[in-house]
Amino acid sequence: MAKAKKLRIRKHAVVLNRSRGGDTGIGIMLFLLGAFMFLPMVYAISQSLKPLDELWKFPPNFIVHNPTVKNYTDLFRLMNTSWVPFSRYLFNTVLISVSGTFGNLILSSMAAYALSKIKFPGRGWMFQMIVLSLMFSATAASIANFITMSLLHWVDTLWAVIVPAWGSTLGLYLMKQFMESSVSDAVLESARLDGSSEFNTFIRIAMPMVKPAWLTLIVYSFQGLWNSGASIYIYSEELKTFNYAISQILSGGIVRAGAGAASTVVMMIVPVVVFVITQSNIIETMSASGMKD
Amino acid sequence: MAKQAAAKQAKKPVSRKDMSRIRWTMREIMRNKTAYVLVLPFMIIFFLFTVIPVVVSLALSLTTFNMLQWPNFIFFDNYIRLFLDDDLFIKAIQNTLIFAAVTGPVSYVLSFAVAWFINELSPKVRALVTLVFYAPSISGAVYTIWGVFFSGNAYGYVNAWLMRLGLIEEPIQWFQNAAYVMPLCIVVALWTSLGTAFLSFIAGLQIVDRSLYEAGAVDGVRNRWQELWYITLPYMRPQLMFGAIMAITGSFGFGGIVDALAGNPSVDYCAWTITHHLADYGNSRFEVGYASAISVVLFAMMFGANLLIKRLLSKLGQ
Repeated sequence: MAKAKKLRIRKHAVVLNRSRGGDTGIGIMLFLLGAFMFLPMVYAISQSLKPLDELWKFPPNFIVHNPTVKNYTDLFRLMNTSWVPFSRYLFNTVLISVSGTFGNLILSSMAAYALSKIKFPGRGWMFQMIVLSLMFSATAASIANFITMSLLHWVDTLWAVIVPAWGSTLGLYLMKQFMESSVSDAVLESARLDGSSEFNTFIRIAMPMVKPAWLTLIVYSFQGLWNSGASIYIYSEELKTFNYAISQILSGGIVRAGAGAASTVVMMIVPVVVFVITQSNIIETMSASGMKD
Repeated sequence: MAKQAAAKQAKKPVSRKDMSRIRWTMREIMRNKTAYVLVLPFMIIFFLFTVIPVVVSLALSLTTFNMLQWPNFIFFDNYIRLFLDDDLFIKAIQNTLIFAAVTGPVSYVLSFAVAWFINELSPKVRALVTLVFYAPSISGAVYTIWGVFFSGNAYGYVNAWLMRLGLIEEPIQWFQNAAYVMPLCIVVALWTSLGTAFLSFIAGLQIVDRSLYEAGAVDGVRNRWQELWYITLPYMRPQLMFGAIMAITGSFGFGGIVDALAGNPSVDYCAWTITHHLADYGNSRFEVGYASAISVVLFAMMFGANLLIKRLLSKLGQ
């Protein structure tokens, strides 16, 4: 008992109960895990910069010795000679990502506002169903969805990919939780008393207050759609996505090893850059993500 | 007091007790018309592509539907066939359970551990470390680099090293060998698994009330482990619940990684999972009734996992 609380002051904060041994142990763990996460990424980038003789060298180099951008130029050459022009795949991916995200943003924010800020009969079970849906991955519903798509005559059209994305629930869930915790009822109430219509209150007052949440929704939806590969509803080659085309290059084997490595790097740049820009907003939104039971 | 009550009465002339439940509900619905206009578009899409498919799957799983003929009602025959007469399905269930039981908990604990480790770093360093850990989960097909790493010839990094160290003579065909496919796919899945739950934990740890830690220290919390168990974890239960749901959903949907690394089907079907079985019967053979039964089993497993997690989380900090 004589040894009282350990209190240490670090650069930015006073911390309690922190032993040096614990700090070191955690530091080592973090370093090892970080290496496990980071090295494959480094290897991917290094691989994409290797000239042909280094790609097929024994023993292989982890880090490229004579970096070249030839793999990237090869990749673009491959894209230009493919049967369906690559710009078409890219167009499909951009179209799916943008329209899917836009629709999801509009529908989700409307629903999130109603569910979190208007007390109407039915909102309880509606939200409960949305929470329940978070527990199931979409594959489990894919069989029955195929029937829906054929009834709607949407098989082999991009609608089959875009419209279901509008009803994705994770973004709605995050936005609803965030609205609940950061938009005060008093502000909305006074706007209503001033004669602002419910719709106006939603657009003019609530939405500007939840900017981090809609940024998060955009990032999530965009990432999911950007990475979407072959869909079971799409057969036509000219309706397939960029990611699908990349995976075709990847499976091209030896000849295309360099271009394949370059293509994975190209695919990862967009989501990573988007996350770097929006990270603080996403973390802010996530602070409201908790699920109260 | 009475005046206030009267004023309230005047403002809201009808209270809940003045009328029947149904009439009150109808009145509330009319009063909140805008709310329904706001939720309706989302709900239509949500029902059409998520809720109805689940119900339809349940119904179709009791029939012989094949997209061509009118379905016959056959009670539980599909389920009997699944569990008693389909060896591949039993293998798929085993693999799926192994995969979920390893990746789910490990990625969950890993997400929390890393978030907790980096919680006390300065904000800038924390943002950078967050990016390093989170990047694999959003980088799409970049996990195929593991295929190069473990490539079956001598140019694969792992084989090259094992050969140089003299541990093996011939390169190992990692993804053609049934003994290695599952473990390797699990490692790769873990590599990509620090996603939404991880971010939720990072944010959750930041908003724990600091004064609780001080109060805890006064009340006899003596090290960081006690602090974690008695203060941080109970306080973070909402985030932990959300993270668990994300981890479970992730751990049941990993077919893509197996396909990209080990091919579809994998050697001897050694990494065959329920998702594969589902796609095989549903999208290739169009035995929709049978496939629906498979998806109902998948639903049941995810649901069971969620119930289990809820149970476990209610015991935190006790």
